[in-house]
Amino acid sequence: MLKSIFIIFLFQLIGESVQKYFEITIPGPVIGLILLLTTFLCVRGSKNIFIKKTKEEISSTSTYITGYLSLLFVPIGVGVVMHLSYLEKNYIEVLGVIFFSTIFTIGFTALLMEKINIYLKKNARKK
Amino acid sequence: MLEKNKLYNIWVYLQAEPLFWLTLTIGAYLVGDYLYKKSRLNPLVNPVAISILLVSSILILTDISYERYFNGAKFIHFMLGPATVALAIPIYKQIDLIKKESGSIFISLILGSLFAIFSTYYFAKLMNLDLEIIYSMMPRSVTAPIAMGISDLIGGVPSLTAIITILTGIVGASFGTFALDVLRVKDMTARGFAFGLASHGIGTARAMSRNETAGIFAALALGLSGIATSILIPLLFKLINF
Repeated sequence: MLKSIFIIFLFQLIGESVQKYFEITIPGPVIGLILLLTTFLCVRGSKNIFIKKTKEEISSTSTYITGYLSLLFVPIGVGVVMHLSYLEKNYIEVLGVIFFSTIFTIGFTALLMEKINIYLKKNARKK
Repeated sequence: MLEKNKLYNIWVYLQAEPLFWLTLTIGAYLVGDYLYKKSRLNPLVNPVAISILLVSSILILTDISYERYFNGAKFIHFMLGPATVALAIPIYKQIDLIKKESGSIFISLILGSLFAIFSTYYFAKLMNLDLEIIYSMMPRSVTAPIAMGISDLIGGVPSLTAIITILTGIVGASFGTFALDVLRVKDMTARGFAFGLASHGIGTARAMSRNETAGIFAALALGLSGIATSILIPLLFKLINF
């Protein structure tokens, strides 16, 4: 458990450093995600027992952490409620834009991706 | 009278310490999660929204400032970073399926992200909102740290963007399911991907609680759309005079 937490923290640390050094807009943790994923892919077929064990350990720790993903948004979410006055007199307009644009984006993206998947499957069968 | 005074002293001591706020946050989340499960994962009974409302009402009732609360709860907030890194593992486990669908993932990523940006811009224009607010809203579908960075870059207000981004997550997690059911989208990879793309981490958390494949594709979209949007918005600002 401790080893896997160390590795996950370490990848975030590397990610944050890379972000600061190259001054990119992608946040450190996302860079850490990409680096960890790349590392996992690089050692994919490895039969080394140490690597295998470490991978299993990281895997179970991350399943545990991501299982509580919702909880981690509560502190910042409370800040949103406490600072709602920032929206001033534009509450309804802003909420309306958020509501419709979000729903339409979800609908559009899901429908598009499903249609492309169906199209690609049909084409694959023809070949 | 003496007893009451003692209790008050304990409260004064506790509210200055992180332990109380950490316990309260986890407790509120457990209540939210219990109700969510009790409602058979009804999207309107969103555990994040419930816990946020519980904690904020306690803060308002006890007249505690957000800064004091956050000083304690920041340990939970801190775990967002490691949790984001940890999302690499579910993505890794489904890498074969992701490779197989890489074509549709790429097209949906670009068009979906553009749709999110432009629909926000035109809806906001339609509502006659100030340009500063519109700029603050444009990156709202990606995870808060990325959205705030982009907002700063294009002349928005980052703290306003943070609020709008979190609200977007809650709206997506609460109402996205209805939209997809109305449209009869059955493909779990597409459903999950749309959640992560349009409503970042909070949408991803919702997708993960419902279906494993959807959760993984949501996590994938969360990362990819963050990258795509931070490239697309500055690019669009160079091409178009918003």
